[in-house]
Amino acid sequence: MALISVNDRTIDVDAAPDTPLLWVLRDHLAMTGTKYGCGMALCGACTVHIDGTATRSCVLPLSAVAGKRVTTIEGLSADRSHAVQRAWIEIDVPQCGYCQSGQIMSAAALLAVKPDPSDAEIDAAMAGNLCRCGTYPRIRKAIHRAAQLLTPGRNP
Amino acid sequence: MQPATGGKEAGAAAPADAGPADAGRRDFCGRTARFGAGLLLAMTVPAFGGHARASGGPGARGAGAAAPAELNAWLKIAPDDSITVLVDRSEMGQGVYTALPMLLAEELEVDFTSIRIVAAPVGDAYVNAGNGGQITGTSNSVTDAWEKLRTAGAQARTLLIAAAADKWRIAPERCRARRARIENDRGQSFSYGQLAQAAAKLKVSKDVKLKPRADYTLIGTPQRRLDTPGKVDGSAEFGLDVKLPGMLYAAIAQCPVLGGRPRSVGSHTAEAMPGVRRVLGVPSGVVVVAEHFWQALKARDALEIVWDEGTNASLDNAAIRVLLDRASANTGLVAKQVGDPSAAIKAAAHPFAAVYELPLLAHATMEPMNCTADVRADRCDLYVGTQVQQLAQAVAAEAAGLPPAQVNVVTTLLGGGFGRRLEVDFIPAAVLASKAVGVPVKLVWTREDDMTQDYYRPPAREEVRAALDAHGKLVAWQLHITSPSITARFDPTNKDPFDSVIEYVQNYPYGVPNFGLSYTRREIGINVGYLRSVSHAPNCFAVESSLDELAAAAAKSPLEFRLELLASKPRHTNVLELAAEHSGWGRARPGRHLGLAFMEGYTSVIAQVAEIAMNGGKLEVHKITCVVDCGQLVNPRIVESQLESGIVFGLSAALWGGITVDAGRVRERNFNTYRLLRANEMPEIEVVLVPSDVTPGGIGELAVGPVAPAICNALYAATGKRVRSLPLSSHGLV
Repeated sequence: MALISVNDRTIDVDAAPDTPLLWVLRDHLAMTGTKYGCGMALCGACTVHIDGTATRSCVLPLSAVAGKRVTTIEGLSADRSHAVQRAWIEIDVPQCGYCQSGQIMSAAALLAVKPDPSDAEIDAAMAGNLCRCGTYPRIRKAIHRAAQLLTPGRNP
Repeated sequence: MQPATGGKEAGAAAPADAGPADAGRRDFCGRTARFGAGLLLAMTVPAFGGHARASGGPGARGAGAAAPAELNAWLKIAPDDSITVLVDRSEMGQGVYTALPMLLAEELEVDFTSIRIVAAPVGDAYVNAGNGGQITGTSNSVTDAWEKLRTAGAQARTLLIAAAADKWRIAPERCRARRARIENDRGQSFSYGQLAQAAAKLKVSKDVKLKPRADYTLIGTPQRRLDTPGKVDGSAEFGLDVKLPGMLYAAIAQCPVLGGRPRSVGSHTAEAMPGVRRVLGVPSGVVVVAEHFWQALKARDALEIVWDEGTNASLDNAAIRVLLDRASANTGLVAKQVGDPSAAIKAAAHPFAAVYELPLLAHATMEPMNCTADVRADRCDLYVGTQVQQLAQAVAAEAAGLPPAQVNVVTTLLGGGFGRRLEVDFIPAAVLASKAVGVPVKLVWTREDDMTQDYYRPPAREEVRAALDAHGKLVAWQLHITSPSITARFDPTNKDPFDSVIEYVQNYPYGVPNFGLSYTRREIGINVGYLRSVSHAPNCFAVESSLDELAAAAAKSPLEFRLELLASKPRHTNVLELAAEHSGWGRARPGRHLGLAFMEGYTSVIAQVAEIAMNGGKLEVHKITCVVDCGQLVNPRIVESQLESGIVFGLSAALWGGITVDAGRVRERNFNTYRLLRANEMPEIEVVLVPSDVTPGGIGELAVGPVAPAICNALYAATGKRVRSLPLSSHGLV
């Protein structure tokens, strides 16, 4: 048994300590917004925040999460009100949508430390998140839009 | 829509003006007609309306509890006024959960954004006339639905008006539909929900009038996608996300050598591992069922399997190339001929010959293959992201030992399709596992399973022979394609030269007096299938590379050379000229080089210009300009994003795409070795859409094909060297 903090709830999980956080979230906690794409931290579909930092949950064992705060796409906001989610809806970023939870978590983590990122900073922060549908141009646009939404006085 | 034709008429001597969609139609008709012999016969089943589950979209869950009235196969209206549209094409990113309801809503006069989307079950009403089955493919979802769903909306509106007129005892002409209500000329009104039950009992009129284009309020407008909200908060349900009470999880071991089978299985260690409930052999491998997926996966990896490697144990890329090279010495089956190309080439002033080579490719959908089955004594519920509901039902029925009518297919959202989910190879193992353990089972492939057990885009050797006369005019163009067949597996006895691998060139757009297309089928022993754009990408590479080479030989600009050959086709020349204008053709910036490619496909027309630079011998792609005439735009927002999507797909393939077979095993196992374009590698993309009022053409696959030839033609402009095989990474250029 392990106690972990997910989306501000402390949860008792009955899973082997080597179980990747991804599968704990998906199969034990029924939080399926975090996706499996590669299992090797190559695609970013499984991105969550660990203490606010974008982290690939597919290679992060449960044993490494003790005492840390996990935030998943389900916990980003209760009502799609996070600036990144609002921008994603406004720009209609997703196509198939499978990678988008991970894209959004990476984008939210970027904006938390860089409120107004340049194209190059966006590219660097998002290079670990693959999108087979090719939504990259819209992701970039939406991150700029989210930056606007986050800045007081720049929010039309 | 043209009626579906049988497979036998398919390939031979298509009329010269047959559109690309017709070719695609033949393909799938052939496919399903051949399936009909065994699998599809028993597929006429009543709609499982009560079991269809919401899969994404706003308000997808928890809509009104009162029983809705079914106005037709696509529309339900509940007493609480909630409107549900059943979408009979699979949503895999291409936007059908938005575009198809728009068509119906245009005629129904309702607030489009309030519509609730449900995936349609298997049903006769949902057959795609263009594909001859309930199939999402060949980029024709909107084309197929164009008349059908507008008519369905208009019929429903007519029924609601008739029901209201009955209640008021007035003539229907005195009523009109507006904002989900029927109003009369006395200022009274009923909501659709108040009328739906009565309307559903009335006789449907076949003869309804559709709105003229000038009255459209939805079609042609940039509506937001209905499936976006669920895709930004994690609630959208993909196949991988299905969760049923008491469900177990399964992983599968499949032979690393393509086509191999287990000879013996040592499962003692695996069976003793935590959570493991069952190890069972299935035709495609060995399945481990456990309480959680991670347990199933670890136990799978602990299986001791001796494989019968079958006939592919020594197969590799070099051997595949030799197979195709040798087979190409055959003349092949003639698919199309105009004039006498061979004689014209012999007699011509400037003969030309070049061989273009295309590699095996993997689909690499972001969501790996998976399927959840719940097999009971008398029914099976199948939750799966599939592009072929009827086939999924058929193979599940066979595995479950049930009649197809007792298999309920629930189509989830697809985390990418690209043709991979036209295959049903991953379904039977899930069904067999559920049947064996008596509870629902979700079978999940790992990324490595997905990458190494694909139905790969077949490799092709495409040999062009052509000739210019003394004035540099193209007098003959001939293509001989040598490749495994995608479609032959559905009818191995068929000798028809038509195959999905040659489809695009049947619609070769350029005017030339002597034309030839021939095909030598050479199997390579591994599964090949439909990959987004199917023949269009390989064929377009050969056509557009050769056109560029011929233009150079004729000392003409690639643009002028094409415009001359398309002079009788204003839609085509318009697209080319716009591409030239928007890309700055003929005015490349210092250090930049431009390459052009053109394609007609899916009843749409496209031109792309690649803008590149060379940096230390390496290629940098800076911009792709993409001009498209795809007929009437239904949702320009989605059209634009689909074109961007196709370009990214084409870029990944052109730069790095290639599967390496080595000792019968696929060497690329994950995204570190099967490289896809990343955010930091994106060139600028400019999409230009040409206004048009002709029937909508396809856009989902359209933009993939021209990317590679446009880049290679730009490379020639930059370096004077021709690249005739892909990917560019194999030439050290990226």
